[in-house]
Amino acid sequence: MVGAGIAVVTLRNIIHSAVAMMVCFGSLAGMYALLGAPIVAAAQVLIYLGAISVLILFAIMLTQAGDANLLAPFHRQLPIAIVVALAIVGTVGWAVVQTDWGMAAEAVYAAVETIALTLLTDFALPFEIISLLLLAAIIGAIYLARRPEEDERAN
Amino acid sequence: MGIEGYLLVSTLLFGIGAFGFMARRNAILMLISIELMFNAVNLSLVAFNAFLPDPSSGGAVFALMIMAVAAAEVTVGLALVIAIIRTRQTAEVDQYSDLKE
Repeated sequence: MVGAGIAVVTLRNIIHSAVAMMVCFGSLAGMYALLGAPIVAAAQVLIYLGAISVLILFAIMLTQAGDANLLAPFHRQLPIAIVVALAIVGTVGWAVVQTDWGMAAEAVYAAVETIALTLLTDFALPFEIISLLLLAAIIGAIYLARRPEEDERAN
Repeated sequence: MGIEGYLLVSTLLFGIGAFGFMARRNAILMLISIELMFNAVNLSLVAFNAFLPDPSSGGAVFALMIMAVAAAEVTVGLALVIAIIRTRQTAEVDQYSDLKE
């Protein structure tokens, strides 16, 4: 999975990057299943593999007409980016290794019923706000992606 | 595999996403890198939830909500990127220099 992630950011052709991203998301769904959270794994497959990947692939194919292979895929701040990313990984990884987590040694299975109950009782208000946010996102995306000439035809 | 393994994978994925966001020039690939970072945080949340001593499902609920927010974010982000590409005819972020002095 980490290999697929590295492929995402280093491959020259952006379509190859998107396919590597799908591999990465699929293996993440497997990790969620290993962690005993099947509902999150199913949501990962549905949302990321099913929706977001297809959306990104469509956007790539809409925008990259033939010139998918670029001469220089990397920004000129590449060395700084490497240093900062390594600093993030080093710091957080050091913290992870050093901390005594003191938690259950084995992953606990999270039943679908408890997740559903928590989602619709304790987190009912955020759940409703999420639906409002998604509606706003849909309207915003339609407004932004509309071509100007369609505006005039509508009037 | 203990919780450290999952957290290290999550850390690596977040680092890769941060690197991609900073180093790549393509706007769509920057969005993909943001998705990688979202997924890293999701993985750490689910891992923490699974290894809690007393069973609860708050982490899984949080992960589901992050997924919904990420879906909304990528929808609006891609619409913005497509609109910019349509007007500027390029996806390279260092060509977007209109606001420069």
